Amino acid sequence: MIRVELRTLFLRPRMWVSVLLLCLLPAIVAVFLATTHITPPPGHGAAFLSAVENDGSLFPAAALALVLPIFLPVAVAMFAGDAVAGEAAHGTLRYLLIRPVGRTRLLVAKLLAIAVFVLLVILFVVVTSFLVGGGLFGFGQAAAVGQPGGVTSLSGTTLTPLDLVARLVGAIGYILVCMVGVGVIALFLSTVTVSGLGAALGTLAVLITSEVLTTLDAANRIKPYLPTNYWLSWIDFFRAPIFWVNIDKGLIVQGVYLVVFFGAAWANLTSKDVTS
Amino acid sequence: MTDLIRTTALTKRFGSTVAVNDVGVTVREGDRYGFLGPNGSGKTTLVRMLLGLVYPTSGEIELLGQPVPRRVRDVLPSIGALVESPAAIPHLSGRTNLSIVDAAGPRTGGRRDRRDRIEEALRLVGLGGIDGRPVRAYSLGMRQRLGLAAALVRRPRLLILDEPTNGLDPRGILEIRQLLLTLNRAGTTVFLSSHLLSEVDELCDRVGIVDQGRLVLQDDLAALRAPTGRVVVDTQDPADAVALLDGRVEFRDGATLVVRADDPAELNAKLVGAGVRVREIGVQRRTLEQVVLDVTGHGSDRMDGGVA
Repeated sequence: MIRVELRTLFLRPRMWVSVLLLCLLPAIVAVFLATTHITPPPGHGAAFLSAVENDGSLFPAAALALVLPIFLPVAVAMFAGDAVAGEAAHGTLRYLLIRPVGRTRLLVAKLLAIAVFVLLVILFVVVTSFLVGGGLFGFGQAAAVGQPGGVTSLSGTTLTPLDLVARLVGAIGYILVCMVGVGVIALFLSTVTVSGLGAALGTLAVLITSEVLTTLDAANRIKPYLPTNYWLSWIDFFRAPIFWVNIDKGLIVQGVYLVVFFGAAWANLTSKDVTS
Repeated sequence: MTDLIRTTALTKRFGSTVAVNDVGVTVREGDRYGFLGPNGSGKTTLVRMLLGLVYPTSGEIELLGQPVPRRVRDVLPSIGALVESPAAIPHLSGRTNLSIVDAAGPRTGGRRDRRDRIEEALRLVGLGGIDGRPVRAYSLGMRQRLGLAAALVRRPRLLILDEPTNGLDPRGILEIRQLLLTLNRAGTTVFLSSHLLSEVDELCDRVGIVDQGRLVLQDDLAALRAPTGRVVVDTQDPADAVALLDGRVEFRDGATLVVRADDPAELNAKLVGAGVRVREIGVQRRTLEQVVLDVTGHGSDRMDGGVA
C-alpha cells in the first residue's frame, strides 16, 4: 500500500505544481535582492536574508525561512487534508478497503506519503534555492576554496561547509517533524469530512489560532503547548553552539500532536461506516 | 453446496432510520442471486455491510464461511465487487488505475502475472483496446466496464455487484450479462443487487426481494415462476370456447381467455376438436414483476405520507 501511495503521489500533477510554487517564492525574493541590493537590516525580515548577499550558500536557509510560516503549512494542509477525504470523495476509498487494504495500514501509508511529500518539497526548495543563491550571490569565497571561516553563523562565529551541511540537515529534519505535525492534524480532519478543502481549511484555522495566541501575552500559559510555538526553532541549528533547548521542546510538542491526532484519526477511521 | 453469503437477523440503523431490518440472505455457491428492491430500500447498505465497509448494528454476516466484519480481510481477496458506482483516479489511465487497485491489496503473483491479469480483465469487459487516455475522458459506460474489470482482476470466487449495468447501452447490458453468465458457468458465484426487474429476470436463478429494509421474499426464480394451474388461450372464437369450457374460464378479455387447466396440449386438442380456432396457447406463469408487486408496498423513494 505504501508503494501504491508513493506511486500515486508522484503521478499527481497537483503535487508538482505545489513544489514548483514553493520553489518559486524564494527565487523571486532572490531576484529582487540581487537586482536591488536592498537587503533587510539584520534582525528584520525573514531570517538569514540580511546575510545572503555576502554568501549565497546561506540562501537555502533563508528560503526555508521564507516558505515556512505560510506557504509550506498551506501546501501540507492541502495535501494531507485531501489524503482520506479525497479518496472518499472520489469513491476510491471503498475500493481500496475492499481490495483489501486494512484501515490502519491505509492511514499509516497516508502518513508516510505526507512525510515524503514534505521532505520532497523541502529538498526541492533547498536545492533550487542553493542553485539560485549560488548563481545570484556567489558562494562565499572561503567556502568555495574549502577554507574554514567563509560562512558566518547567526552568533557571529564561522562555520565550515561540512558544519553548514550538518546543520542544514538538522534544520530540515526539524522542519519535517513540524510539518508532519501539521499534516497529522489535517489527516485527522480528513477522516472526519469528505471535503479535502474543508479539512485543509480547518487545519489552517488551527494554525492561525495558534499563531494568534503565541503573540498574545494573556495566553502565555498555554504558549509552550501550541503547535506553532517552536516552529522557528530550526534557526537555532545555525547558532554556535547549537541552541538545543527549544529544538527539544519543539520535538516533544510535535511528538505529542502526532500521537494524539494520529490516534484520533485511527480511532475515527477504523470505527466509522464508510458510506461514501 | 456451501453458502457463500449468509446473513442472520442483519440490521443496520443510521440514527433513527432503519436501513436494513432483520435480513437473512442466503447465497449458495454457484448461484446467480438477484437482490431486488426499489431505490432506497437498503440494498447498497447491505452490500456495504457484506464487504465490511459499514458495521452492522446487530445480526451476523458470514462470507465464504468467515464472520464479517471480524475476518473480512481474509475473504476479501476472493471477492470482486462493484459498490454503488465505479470509482477511479480521474487523471490516470484505466490501465494505471487497475494496476494501482491490484497492487494495493495483498501482493500476489509476479510482475508478468499481474500485467497479464489486468489485460485479461480489460479484455473480458471489452476494454482490451483502451489507450492511455485518462479516466476523466471516459464515458459512463466505459467507467462502468472499468469498474467491472477492477472487480475481476483477482479472478474472484464471488462477485458482489451493485447495479452493474448502470450507464450501459442495451448492447453493453447484453454483453455484461453474457460475461456474467460465462463466469458463472466457470464457477463464479454472482450476487447482483439491482432495482431493474428485467436485469434480475434475465440473469438470475435465485432472487431476494427487499422492501423498506426488509427481505420480503427469497426463492429460486424457477419456483416463483412455476405454472399457476391456468392456461392462457388466444382464440378467434372466444364465445364458442367459453361455452365449450363451461365454468373453467376464469377471465376473459376480448379474444384472450384464462382457463383453469394444467395441460395446454390437452386443452388445445379439446378446443380444436370442437372446431374452436386457437391462435396461441400456453401455461400461465407469474412474471417476476407480478411477484414483486405482490410482496412489496409502494416504492420507498415515494414520499406521499399517509400509508405507513
